[in-house]
Amino acid sequence: MKVLVPVKRVIDYNVKVRVKADNSGVELANVKMAMNPFDEIAVEQALRLKEAGGAEEVVVVSIGPAQNQETIRTALAMGADRGIHIEALHDIEPLAVAKLLKAVVERENPGLVLVGKQAIDDDCNQTGQMLAALLGWAQGTFVSALDVAGDTAKIVREVDGGLEHLEIKMPAIVSVDLRLNEPRYASLPNIMKAKKKPLDSLTVDDLGVDIKPRLTVVKVEEPAAREAGIKVADVKELVEKLKNEAKVI
Amino acid sequence: MSILVFCDHDNGQFGAATLNAVSAAQKIGGDIHLLVAGDTSGTIAAQAAAVAGVAKVLVADGAEYAHGLAENLAPLICDLASQYSHILAPATTTGKNVMPRVAALLDVMQISDIIKVDDANTFQRPIYAGNALSTVRSDEAIKIITVRSTAFEAAAEGGSAAIETISNNGDSGLSSYVKSELSSSERPELTSAPIVISGGRGMQDGANFAMLEKVADKLGAAVGASRAAVDAGFVPNDYQVGQTGKVVAPDLYVAVGISGAIQHLAGMKDSKVIVAINKDDEAPIFQVADFGLVADLFDAVPELEKELG
Repeated sequence: MKVLVPVKRVIDYNVKVRVKADNSGVELANVKMAMNPFDEIAVEQALRLKEAGGAEEVVVVSIGPAQNQETIRTALAMGADRGIHIEALHDIEPLAVAKLLKAVVERENPGLVLVGKQAIDDDCNQTGQMLAALLGWAQGTFVSALDVAGDTAKIVREVDGGLEHLEIKMPAIVSVDLRLNEPRYASLPNIMKAKKKPLDSLTVDDLGVDIKPRLTVVKVEEPAAREAGIKVADVKELVEKLKNEAKVI
Repeated sequence: MSILVFCDHDNGQFGAATLNAVSAAQKIGGDIHLLVAGDTSGTIAAQAAAVAGVAKVLVADGAEYAHGLAENLAPLICDLASQYSHILAPATTTGKNVMPRVAALLDVMQISDIIKVDDANTFQRPIYAGNALSTVRSDEAIKIITVRSTAFEAAAEGGSAAIETISNNGDSGLSSYVKSELSSSERPELTSAPIVISGGRGMQDGANFAMLEKVADKLGAAVGASRAAVDAGFVPNDYQVGQTGKVVAPDLYVAVGISGAIQHLAGMKDSKVIVAINKDDEAPIFQVADFGLVADLFDAVPELEKELG
């Protein structure tokens, strides 16, 4: 089985984002970028499947400008076998991403697509579900345990009230949640090796997909800042304030 | 203009978050219909019909809809879509699972997790874990939307909508439900509780959450946790408040032994009153707290329980 893992390049999760002065978006210039953390978990899971003998090849795909090749190299350094870069200049909405990925799936015929449950930039949480819809495949979302056995997979999903166990038919899209695994760090020798691994480039036109945005961003703003309040001296004062000042208990 | 709201429920109880989605639909304006799909939709349908402002309840009763499987629900919703200008769902794990599948089948770009309705086409939603707010306009013929429940009031009771049964379109055969491991608790549900008390890494051990539970029982509060506490194995994942866990906005949020990582703040910073108890007076949680207490939580929490009488 081949496993396909789409990876997104986003602002590093440790960076405090700033809204542009003209309210057109957030500042991306000279900001540290990294692989979306949920996608790292997806890459890790694909590698574990391969190491356990459940997958023969792990292919990563990323959509975006030339710098996305760095994100692909990161996944290759973790251990993925091959990369595909789809060149695109502007922000692409999840629906268009799903259409591009569908075209890649049709070329590559993976038995499983592992995606992060959401990207930490736009927080959409859509791409995996949309790709599953377009392919007519089963979808296992927000997954914290995955056990592939032949033409089915047993999954555990993180849901509002706790956990849910499902069985899904393969091939499938599985969107991964935080507790599925802890991604490995790439070692220096593996980073060197990754530079020689194959990385193909495709254009949006090659795949014949219309990526024109459907939504118009009217403005992007800073949220109202919350002001720090006061420090209380002890528990007695705290309870007194909550009762008489804030009137919440 | 007609709006379809997908009803999230567990076959026994009408999901509270659906009421917030109805309220968002009221802000858009138009006839509001609720879709109830599930195994025991009869009882849920009656609850749905009693929601104020709902004109009609559509019921699809069938085992294939009982567990929120997106592969079965999406075609059902798509069959109804042409009659509606908007289809809304609460941004619960079920809503988040099902709606993008609907949107892709309809070739529509979804708007996730809205927190404000500007007009029938324009909505505000948080991006970067709430560190920025994006206002987007959709010119799609059908707007597919998920609604952040904490951003909208719950719709009131007092409606008497007509109930109409619609036909099922069967099981996709793509996925099947096995079982649930749901946390059972006498306490109110985290996302709708008026008071939430959460513990972080500072709790040191899962057993110490008993201290918070005692306080919670006195206040009628729900108990939550930071990601650090969940990752350390102190409490199950459904306790997690934060960007990747639950988003809460209670009247009172008490953060105990939580440093205040951006991740956590994203899930609770819209609470009306925030209390922080932490022994590190430099902890970032104090920058958002209305009332901060610099103290050892192992002294302060039992004292708090005593003070509450």
